Amino acid sequence: MVRTLTLPVSHADAVSILERPAAAGRPLRHGLSRLGRALATPLVPTDFLDLLDPLASAVDLRGRVVEVRPETADAATLVIKPGRAWRGHVPGQYVRIGVDIDGVRRWRAYSLTSHLGRADGCIAITVKAIPDGIVSNYLVRRATPGLVVQLDQATGDFTLPARPPAHLLFITGGSGITPVMGMLRNAIDAMDDVVLLHSAPTAQDVIFAGELRALGGSGRLRLIERHTDVDGMLGASDLAELVDDIGFREVWACGPTGMLDMLDAAWTASGRTDVLHTERFRPAITAVGDGGTVTFTSSDVTVAADGGTPLLDIGEAAGVLMPSGCRMGICFGCVRPLRDGAVRDLRTGQVTEAIEGDGVLVQTCISAAAGPCSIDV
Amino acid sequence: MTAIQRLPLDPTAHLRAEDIEAIGRELDAIRDAVLATRGEADAAYIRKVIDAQRKVELASRAVLLVSLFPPAWLAGTIGLSISKILENMEIGHNVMHGQWDWMRDPKIHSTTWEWDNASPSSMWKHSHNQIHHAYTNVLGKDNDLGYGIMRVDEDQRWSPFYLGQPLWNFLNACLFEYGIAAYDLEIGKYLKGRKDKAEFRQQVRDVMAKIKKQATRDYVLHPLLSGPSALSTLGANATANLVRNWWTHSVIMCGHFPTGIATFTKTSIEGETRGEWYLRQMLGAGNISGGKLLHLMTGNLSFQIEHHLYPDLPSNRYAEVAPKVREVFERYGLPYVTGSLPRQVGSAWKKVLRLSLPNDFARKAVGAVVKPLASTATRAEPERAAA
Ligand SMILES: Cc1cc2nc3c(=O)[nH]c(=O)nc-3n(C[C@H](O)[C@H](O)[C@H](O)COP(=O)(O)OP(=O)(O)OC[C@H]3O[C@@H](n4cnc5c(N)ncnc54)[C@H](O)[C@@H]3O)c2cc1C
Ligand code: FES
Repeated sequence: MVRTLTLPVSHADAVSILERPAAAGRPLRHGLSRLGRALATPLVPTDFLDLLDPLASAVDLRGRVVEVRPETADAATLVIKPGRAWRGHVPGQYVRIGVDIDGVRRWRAYSLTSHLGRADGCIAITVKAIPDGIVSNYLVRRATPGLVVQLDQATGDFTLPARPPAHLLFITGGSGITPVMGMLRNAIDAMDDVVLLHSAPTAQDVIFAGELRALGGSGRLRLIERHTDVDGMLGASDLAELVDDIGFREVWACGPTGMLDMLDAAWTASGRTDVLHTERFRPAITAVGDGGTVTFTSSDVTVAADGGTPLLDIGEAAGVLMPSGCRMGICFGCVRPLRDGAVRDLRTGQVTEAIEGDGVLVQTCISAAAGPCSIDV
Repeated sequence: MTAIQRLPLDPTAHLRAEDIEAIGRELDAIRDAVLATRGEADAAYIRKVIDAQRKVELASRAVLLVSLFPPAWLAGTIGLSISKILENMEIGHNVMHGQWDWMRDPKIHSTTWEWDNASPSSMWKHSHNQIHHAYTNVLGKDNDLGYGIMRVDEDQRWSPFYLGQPLWNFLNACLFEYGIAAYDLEIGKYLKGRKDKAEFRQQVRDVMAKIKKQATRDYVLHPLLSGPSALSTLGANATANLVRNWWTHSVIMCGHFPTGIATFTKTSIEGETRGEWYLRQMLGAGNISGGKLLHLMTGNLSFQIEHHLYPDLPSNRYAEVAPKVREVFERYGLPYVTGSLPRQVGSAWKKVLRLSLPNDFARKAVGAVVKPLASTATRAEPERAAA
């Protein structure tokens, strides 16, 4: 399995170079911004600008929902106008969205499904409501146009190289179609030979069904739909049968944990992990042990934690401002120093320990207490 | 007021240990009921207040650009005073208490908030949340009691220094934000050599840096921006700061000084149970009665009792828990101190004046004049504000 190198940074640089003021204007701008801060202290000028237009901020990226379009009975696409600070994205990447639900801000990651360079500058995500899911249900069923959400810059390395390989295979399941749809919408013209093997419980549950079937019908991709309610879950033995030239294809896969684990095992067995790229929406939790008392040292908060809940969730529930990102162990946006005690990596069961004076960096989103511990947040 | 256990009538004497723990459970249940319903409406409330305060500030400062024109001066000064009061009380004080941390909004969070006050938020949070709220009205522990420069309790030994305390109190009211900064610095503790020197020096630097920023804004930049109105804008800003200082000082005096509020000795809080802690908070604070506007402008510290019981509940919910708390007070026969703003401010000032003199000064003086009647004089009942 390899992680494709992508160029989100170069894209960002290109934009910031364009925005960079001429050298002569810099001292003036610098002076003005200092004056603005001195006039607004203890606030900053953008705190006042936010009152007028929350999307104008160059510091805090936000977006406004302009359209909510149902896709299936439990999935919807949200078209969002990002604020001025948005730096663009590469198809396949995801964006983090912060939504205030019952007064509480909750951040989740969603893959971008939109066409690049829309005239209105909007982006889109497609969300599937999962049972009891707080954010997904809110976005699918309660969000309405006008809603302002917090955004983060797009990130992620589940993307195609600038020149897609000659023979492509996408394997997706359920909402896992979303990053792939982002790629197909933007790069299908650059793809010669592409197969999409998509699983969903029934024909009605297929997100983007119309668009995908039209692409299939026009011969621009070979679409294999698998309706798991009748056909059963995709198994390793089905693969070669469904896609006879599978060995020649470079694969991008996104879907439920079981499916991705199966693919990982199959490609590892054939020694071809270099041609399998996967995107997971949630961490594969395998190891749960005893919990303990967690102290968030800078915030001066101490709470009891079980051994299965990530420290990120424990801290958030206690009102601690926890830094976070993907919430599943890939982006390192949640890393904080462990000062004392022990934590367990929920994916591997590995226990990391620190003694007073240490600052062992741990990912709070996939680490749970393994006894009493102190973390610097 | 005097240390509660030494009052001739200890208001808690009739309570058994089980009663005190039952009070604790009842007060916990009131708290849990708020937590269970805390949500979107509360978040909308604080966002609305912050939004309104910033707009009022912006508009007032804009109007003051032409403050040479007297109606503009008046409107701008009133607006800026209101905005500063809201910013310090309903917003700053309560956000720094962590009342809104549950929203997980980094812009409205106790760890990130900085307020328009001379005391940097980190210092204030330490002395206010960790000392004052933990040791509410404990003699020798809670610096809010007299701020270390005043005698506010009969149990504090009198010295001639206290003769000046009506003046100290007046000056403290005028310069309240600097007074807060000075006592957050724990100057007394430093002078007695009980505070780390390096830490103290760093804190002094922080306070001075903050004061410089605030003063530059109010007394240099905004006046300069007003061009010909510079002097009158400076006057307006100084007036707004004075009004804010007076107002916050008065509200805070009402919280713990008026007659009927109890103080506690150091030893009485050792090994305190949850119920006993609640009991101390209940008896160590007093409310101000009034309407919605008063509650807003006092940062809901008009519900000082409820605030001390539940310092981290959103301030907009105190009004709703107050009748329930009062009902518990009444059922257990405890005094619930409350009164109108003028009455509570008056009561607090009266005490400041009275205690500037030795405890028995009035009696002795009266005794000297009307000696023949002394034998028939009866001991005055301790005053108590109406519940
Ligand atoms: C990189 C990345 C990209 C993503 N892209 C998309 C996307 O394009 N569309 C989309 O709909 N989602 C996407 N997700 C998943 C999304 O971020 C949320 O995890 C999902 O919407 C559930 O959030 P929730 O608040 O509704 O559920 P929560 O309230 O957090 O969880 C409720 C329950 O559901 C379980 N659960 C959590 N996540 C999942 C899941 N993915 N599948 C099944 N059960 C789950 C939890 O364990 C819990 O028991 C992506 C995730 C990542 C990390
Ligand atoms: S939030 Fe991305 S690694 Fe933890």
